[in-house]
Amino acid sequence: MPPTIALDVIRYRPEQDAEPAFQTYEVPFRDDWVVLDALNYIKDRLDGSLSFRWSCRMGVCGSCGMMVNGKPKLTCAAFLSDYLPGPVRVEPLNYFPIMRDLIVDITDFMRKLTKVKPWIIRDQVWPLEEGEYRQTPEQLDTYKQFSQCINCMLCYAACPIVGLEPEFVGPAAIALAQRYNLDSRDEAAGERLKILSDHAGIWGCTFVGECTQVCPKHVDPAGAIQQFKLTAALDALKSFLVPWGTR
Amino acid sequence: MSPMSNLAHHHTAYHPRWYRRRMSVWWWLKDRAYMKFVVRELTSVFVAYFAVLFLWQIRAVTQGPDAYAQFMGRLKTPLFLTANIVAFLFVLYHTITWFNLTPTAMVVRVRGKRVPDTIVAGSNYVAWLIVSIIVAWIFTRGI
Repeated sequence: MPPTIALDVIRYRPEQDAEPAFQTYEVPFRDDWVVLDALNYIKDRLDGSLSFRWSCRMGVCGSCGMMVNGKPKLTCAAFLSDYLPGPVRVEPLNYFPIMRDLIVDITDFMRKLTKVKPWIIRDQVWPLEEGEYRQTPEQLDTYKQFSQCINCMLCYAACPIVGLEPEFVGPAAIALAQRYNLDSRDEAAGERLKILSDHAGIWGCTFVGECTQVCPKHVDPAGAIQQFKLTAALDALKSFLVPWGTR
Repeated sequence: MSPMSNLAHHHTAYHPRWYRRRMSVWWWLKDRAYMKFVVRELTSVFVAYFAVLFLWQIRAVTQGPDAYAQFMGRLKTPLFLTANIVAFLFVLYHTITWFNLTPTAMVVRVRGKRVPDTIVAGSNYVAWLIVSIIVAWIFTRGI
């Protein structure tokens, strides 16, 4: 086991740097350390000016996503021992504007997220005394996987379409839209279809499939988008064959 | 004006300057997964090639036996043989990669339970085999 490991970390201080550049730090190597531990070691002991986002350290909050050796990772789940002998390249998430060092601007993602109305919408809301909207385990099972998203945006950093088409709504948002479409309590699938059935929505996706590969929560956004496409295509076919039968 | 003076002018606490990275035209060469995706997309060109070849064959049929014999003779030249073998390999790659992706796009439920991915993908291969057997049967019967 080597005593230390090198980290090549992107630095960008907008008040002094014209563009981002790598800075190398030598940190102690420990078997049980993840990249986030190494970054915190740098921040605490070597260079307090290094900026990055993190919170829970246990793959729940979704704030420590970065590019580790070119792949989007939650740095709290990326063990240094998997990158031996180093150096480990740490960069901010791909395709997002860099604010400072490893911190990216996520305003655009937040806008796209709300655009797909990821909440339960009902034509008629039951009065409280009627009790809760009940679901069978089978009904829960249809969307449960897509509801595990933690908004870490690794799927956006993995998707070349996000980089090429700035307006593309992106994997997580569409997966979340599909999560509500499949929810038996929701009644706005048609509304979301109208929002997403264009080139910035589901048809922008060319099924690269990397979003699913990098998802730390096994949400499978690529699956959600393709299933959404299938529903949209069948819907279009139905309205073409029986124009009087659609809502 | 130099970039640095421009910078000093623009960055203040309330007017930060984000850095936007450019995406290279060669983005798909930097990652194996991206490369595999682009190859899969390009294989559709070879699918189109076989479709055009088939249309050409139909045209030859309509122009009589001589034209058809000439067409078939042309297919036996080394140029067409090589082209068709290469195209066939790409179409094979196209078929297999897309078949393997079907379980992602299609969720089939039988009595509330999700049908395993291997069965969804496997049914494509079974259908492929059946169609191939029928085509082979038509051909061997013709001879």
